[in-house]
Amino acid sequence: MLDVSGLSKTYGEGERVTHAIAELSFSVAEGEFVCVVGPSGCGKTTLLRCMAGLLAPTSGRVTLRGHVVDGPPEQIGFVFQEYSRSLMPWLSLRDNIALPLRHKALGRDERNRLVEDAVESVGLTGFMDHYPWELSGGMQQRVAIARALAYQPEILLMDEPFASVDAQTRADLEDLVLRVRTAYGVTVVFVTHDIDEAVYLGDRVVVLTPPPTAVQEVLPVGLPEPRDQVETKELPEFAHLRAHIFRSIKRKQPDAPDLPTPT
Amino acid sequence: MRGSRRGLLLIALEIAVPLAALAAWWVWSAGADSFYFPPLADILVTFADTWVFERVGSDVVPSLARLAAGFGIAVLAGVALGTALGLSETARRVAGPIVEFGRAVPPPALLPFGMLVLGVGDTMKIFVIAVVCVWPVLLNTVDGVRGVDPTMLDTARVYGITGTERLLRIVWPSALPQVFAGMRTSLSLALILMVISEMVASTEGIGYFVLESQRSFAIPEMWSGILLLGLLGYLLNAGLALVERRVLRWHRGARASALR
Repeated sequence: MLDVSGLSKTYGEGERVTHAIAELSFSVAEGEFVCVVGPSGCGKTTLLRCMAGLLAPTSGRVTLRGHVVDGPPEQIGFVFQEYSRSLMPWLSLRDNIALPLRHKALGRDERNRLVEDAVESVGLTGFMDHYPWELSGGMQQRVAIARALAYQPEILLMDEPFASVDAQTRADLEDLVLRVRTAYGVTVVFVTHDIDEAVYLGDRVVVLTPPPTAVQEVLPVGLPEPRDQVETKELPEFAHLRAHIFRSIKRKQPDAPDLPTPT
Repeated sequence: MRGSRRGLLLIALEIAVPLAALAAWWVWSAGADSFYFPPLADILVTFADTWVFERVGSDVVPSLARLAAGFGIAVLAGVALGTALGLSETARRVAGPIVEFGRAVPPPALLPFGMLVLGVGDTMKIFVIAVVCVWPVLLNTVDGVRGVDPTMLDTARVYGITGTERLLRIVWPSALPQVFAGMRTSLSLALILMVISEMVASTEGIGYFVLESQRSFAIPEMWSGILLLGLLGYLLNAGLALVERRVLRWHRGARASALR
């Protein structure tokens, strides 16, 4: 459904050129939940921005159902890491979620229904007329997810969405994403630097190398559904997978420089 | 509890200190026996005779009308031009030198030109006020429009929010705190230019009244005009601050929550 083929991205030119992504190919099937995991600074965000049509690749291409992505397609919803900067502080929850729907050809009732359904599915009914800054970080990210869902995307791209919330909230949000993914039947590409999170959420995990970035390996997860924060994580397969990915990333990591001995 | 007591004390002081200053002026001027500093009691009596409401229609209203017109034009033009410059790198580079020159011209220097071209009527005064007040609004709008968070602009792109919708729902609201900062500066300038333009060329207005009183040695009248101008400036600023508080309620809320 969504194919990344031979994608590369370099910044700058001449002497000062940096290869953010060397060459990268993988594909995402309809309805699949794909996690992209890699060491920090490996161009995960760059990759996702290319997939969303926010950034033009230097070479290679991203295709959505055979059409080359050269600008943000209407079938894609995006959840940014910085929820506080992607929600509009001057709009209430209702208006934030409805904002992307204004230019869609929808009746007023239809639009209200989409907004209300999305808010209900992220458990924020009753906060419709609040402003984002009146809510906690985890709740704000739920608003961003609701906004993406109400937009009715076929594909949801998520860029380290839970990197800046606390552990408990994070577990709740992970389960929330799994629930709405089923409810809305949406395909998800989820970028994270957290190996546990990638294994817990994904149907497949794409492991990236350090820069210049390429695909290290693609692993099918195959853990039983529905996932459960306690039961899934105590399965031996879960432990195997996370250990495998951990070694896989570690092996490719350049050797850490010797630490200076304390005097 | 301590906090609220401290708050009450501060409010009490805020009211008491100006009153104390007035009382000191009253006592000192009563015994000063100076031609230039008549007793405050005399000034206040003159103030009541002159401005309540004897000269409101003939001087205060025309002054304030010119101020409002000049300030209004400046805000509209400043926001419009500022938005255009803020959105376009090319426009910014091309217009840069003109903007830097325009804002650097000392405001009263425009008066002779204004009188030459537009005469000594309302048009000249409104023109001068507008030309001077446009710069703070314009420059702040440029900064505000340029400073829209890149993540917000990405959000707009991803969700297909473009054109007018993007301007009205994202760019302008985001720039509004800066625009208000510019408007505050401009409002003070507008009051200054209102007075100066009336002192240079006018037959009515508060500035004209103050100068005429001085020329005819009506010192209490002169002081009453100065007091009125101070009072008007205070009220205008307070009014704008009130509007800002309502319009930018989200901004204070968001900033407070970011510090939490």
